[in-house]
Amino acid sequence: MRRLIYLLPAVAFVALAAYFFVSLTRDPSVLPSAMINQPTPAFALAGLGDQPGLVRDEFAGQVVLINFFASWCIPCRTEHPLLMNLSRELSVPLYGIDYKDKPEDAARFLGELGDPYRRIGADREGRVGIDFGVYGVPETYVIDKTGRIRLRHVGPLTPADVARELAPLVKALQRS
Amino acid sequence: MRVIILAAMLALAATAALAVDPGERLADPSLEARARTLSGELRCLVCQNQSIDDSNADLAHDLRVLIRERLTAGDSDPQVLQFMVRRYGDFILLRPPVQADTYVLWFGPFAVLALGALGAALYLRRSGRAPQQALAPLSADEQRRLKQLLAEDQG
Repeated sequence: MRRLIYLLPAVAFVALAAYFFVSLTRDPSVLPSAMINQPTPAFALAGLGDQPGLVRDEFAGQVVLINFFASWCIPCRTEHPLLMNLSRELSVPLYGIDYKDKPEDAARFLGELGDPYRRIGADREGRVGIDFGVYGVPETYVIDKTGRIRLRHVGPLTPADVARELAPLVKALQRS
Repeated sequence: MRVIILAAMLALAATAALAVDPGERLADPSLEARARTLSGELRCLVCQNQSIDDSNADLAHDLRVLIRERLTAGDSDPQVLQFMVRRYGDFILLRPPVQADTYVLWFGPFAVLALGALGAALYLRRSGRAPQQALAPLSADEQRRLKQLLAEDQG
């Protein structure tokens, strides 16, 4: 029985090794958001060119998606075809925030690939991005009816992300 | 001589050239010094293992400018850090705060050290006692054999 104590270091080693091994499969560039369950930061952004802008308070009472994008962002191009169908598929409004971009570049980007957004705010200085805790585009946020951030997705959305996280959450939030 | 001085100055200037843009600096040297210290405390979230003081990333630049704005607006150093943590979480602090979920991180090594010390102390105490038991006097047979060996050696 006392001999068993000599196994303890081996057991501890195996436990640590298993933990580290599992951690290897985590993507270290995906960070948890400090804004989950926090109220959406207030913002009032101008639109692209002469289009109407975007104000936080107009979302009140509905579930919305906010997508941070930029014309200079390569992964945003990958994500774009998915965004084109997203708002119809999930029957939820999708708003865009054009992050640190020139409005004319963004207009060209959307002219080329299509405009999936109900409305777009231009965050030229990236300050709204910082208030959201954005650290790279694209990022997608789910806002609930009370105006709280419920999900942040870092990087381009894939159909699997939509099926696994986004769609179930949006449906649940819309019912509540 | 002039050339040597010039070369020395250039070399020094090169080491001092960090990511902080001259254009970002504040006119007030004490505020600027606080801004530099704070930027050294904050992680660049894009490159993750650099402080925003060292990083050339665009976001790091924006955050450096933001720190200087907050300081100019009259924020204290903890208020500036709080401002960043509210948006980016504790991960933005290069020095993790001591709180319930970081106790293992801060005190784990000391716990392991204490365990090791305990193990070592127990082992030493036991092995310190053990030889005394082993030193039983020689039996009559052994005494005879010892004498014999010693005699052989001398002879």
